[in-house]
Amino acid sequence: MWEMASQRIAFGKTLVEIGKENKDLVVLGADLSSSTKTSFFEKEFPERFFNCGIAEANMMGVAAGLAASGKTVVASTFAVFATGRCYDQVRQSIAYPALNVKIVASHAGITVGGDGASHQTAEDIALMKVIPNMKVVVPVDAIETKKAVRAIIEEEGPYYMRMGRSDVPTITDEGDNFKIGKASMMREGSDVTIIATGIMVSQALKAAEMLRLEGIEAMVVNMSTIKPLDSTTTLMAAKKTGAVVTAEEHSVIFGLGNSVAITLGEKYPVPLKRVGIPDTFGESGEWNELMIKYGLTPDDIVSAVEDVIKQK
Amino acid sequence: MLKKEELRDLSLKANAVRRHIIEMVYNAGSGHPGGSLSATDILVALYFHIMKYDAKNPKWEDRDRFVLSKGHAAPALYAVLAEKGVFPVEELLTLRKIGSRLQGHPDMRKLPGIEASTGSLGQGLSIANGMALAARLDRKLYNVYAMLGDGEIEEGQIWEAAMFASHNKLDNLIVFLDRNKLQIDGETETVMSIEPIADKWKAFGWEVREINGHNFNEITEAVEWAKTVKGKPVMIIAHTVKGKGVSFMEGAVHFHGKPPNDEEYEIAIKELDEERKEIMGNLGGGE
Ligand SMILES: Cc1ncc(C[n+]2csc(CCOP(=O)(O)OP(=O)(O)O)c2C)c(N)n1
Ligand SMILES: [Mg+2]
Repeated sequence: MWEMASQRIAFGKTLVEIGKENKDLVVLGADLSSSTKTSFFEKEFPERFFNCGIAEANMMGVAAGLAASGKTVVASTFAVFATGRCYDQVRQSIAYPALNVKIVASHAGITVGGDGASHQTAEDIALMKVIPNMKVVVPVDAIETKKAVRAIIEEEGPYYMRMGRSDVPTITDEGDNFKIGKASMMREGSDVTIIATGIMVSQALKAAEMLRLEGIEAMVVNMSTIKPLDSTTTLMAAKKTGAVVTAEEHSVIFGLGNSVAITLGEKYPVPLKRVGIPDTFGESGEWNELMIKYGLTPDDIVSAVEDVIKQK
Repeated sequence: MLKKEELRDLSLKANAVRRHIIEMVYNAGSGHPGGSLSATDILVALYFHIMKYDAKNPKWEDRDRFVLSKGHAAPALYAVLAEKGVFPVEELLTLRKIGSRLQGHPDMRKLPGIEASTGSLGQGLSIANGMALAARLDRKLYNVYAMLGDGEIEEGQIWEAAMFASHNKLDNLIVFLDRNKLQIDGETETVMSIEPIADKWKAFGWEVREINGHNFNEITEAVEWAKTVKGKPVMIIAHTVKGKGVSFMEGAVHFHGKPPNDEEYEIAIKELDEERKEIMGNLGGGE
């Protein structure tokens, strides 16, 4: 069906390309540069890469200082540590002064797999999106990752970009447009809209195929920026289809589903259901087993769609 | 000095634990062999010689506590607890499988014998501080042991905890540093130098001793000494070899978080079986 490709490798390679053009780009790692693939940049530009060791809070502070001195900084580690471990440093030193720091995290969500709950995170989007000045981007595949890295580095100000550990299906083309704050239409439909992000976009496309057999035409939207949310597309979709399901590999409490719910609730209420990780910690397991156990399959999306359509 | 039989028994336990570690991470297809193998001898000495511990009653109020701050070495701790009889040895092979009590990193709510949920590095020493304080509040005589990674101590929280422990004169706290000289991205001294590490702990008000972390006599004697220290927490810097016991894993940075492949697995098991025979041969024959 789809080819599988690594977002981390796409990120690492793109950083090297950008590093050749942009001499002010500095990259920071925290003893996980071989995992997040900032090691590619280290190899190419050792003088502009700093390994901070297992000291994420210090890394964020150093990033702030570099940015305050005119550098564009990419700081990278696992999502759980990038957002949780050094939340206050991100909030106070980076976001408050709106510095030019790009936090690019891998191993987000539950697809981390065997490492278990301590290394998984269903809260990172929540933590980042609530901080003023912080923008949150979730590229859907390796191709979009390349474009997203370029985009957040070209834009001024703090960004949080989220990637998974596992390879993900390539569902976009090189030629597709990517713009921060702009959702993309993956599939037209008239009966319901599935607004999804990250790995759940491909799950939504699979669900849409299953729904087609039931005679339900689902629109599928890839919401690759969580903040600022593309409310224009969200409202257009709600108006056109009259029912919405959100899907994310993140806690249902304060992620994409919450942003969409607020937008629709205030401006154009329609039946809505959120598919995502329930209010619980994860566990060890193969990533595909975890997707089933934690309700992140096409089947879960299909039942949510059936529910909202009943409420129409 | 340990008696000859004690030394043989500990060596055999350590050998069995190392074998479990290899089987577990091989079977799981992921996990951390390097730091589990470097920690093995210390964990075996703690649970099979040093600690007051009742495997039948892992919640016994007066037990000594052990906090594995470098939680990724969970396979070593699980293997020791299973060998001790806290849960069935057969359960070891469920490591990292969905629904297992043996999570990739220790979960104190799932598995008996786990004193603290760890995995996010740098937090275990603070937890051990709390336990040592509780012992004092409850007028209990138990000791609290903890193990830190040498990369882990780059975390700032470790030094907050170090200050707290000496400020509060936690002399019921005995901590091992697994000084295997490696972290994920390479050698500690290349990634983020921690030396002079003994001086740092001393400056933070700790009593410090350096030992060979693979020598049972040195481990047990260091703890005997540590128990006599009054008014200060104790740091035992244990010089170890990452991947200890499996030739091609020793000092190999890429075996931090990678299981052996089929071929490597066979070699590792063979080496450990040979080591076992050697221990029996050298020390098993009596006087
Ligand atoms: C806060 C935090 N940051 C990063 C990691 C990822 N990580 C797991 S193990 C490890 C290296 C640990 O090195 P060390 O403490 O020396 O352990 P050992 O060599 O004994 O395996 C890292 C960076 C983590 N678990 N927690
Ligand atoms: Mg180490």
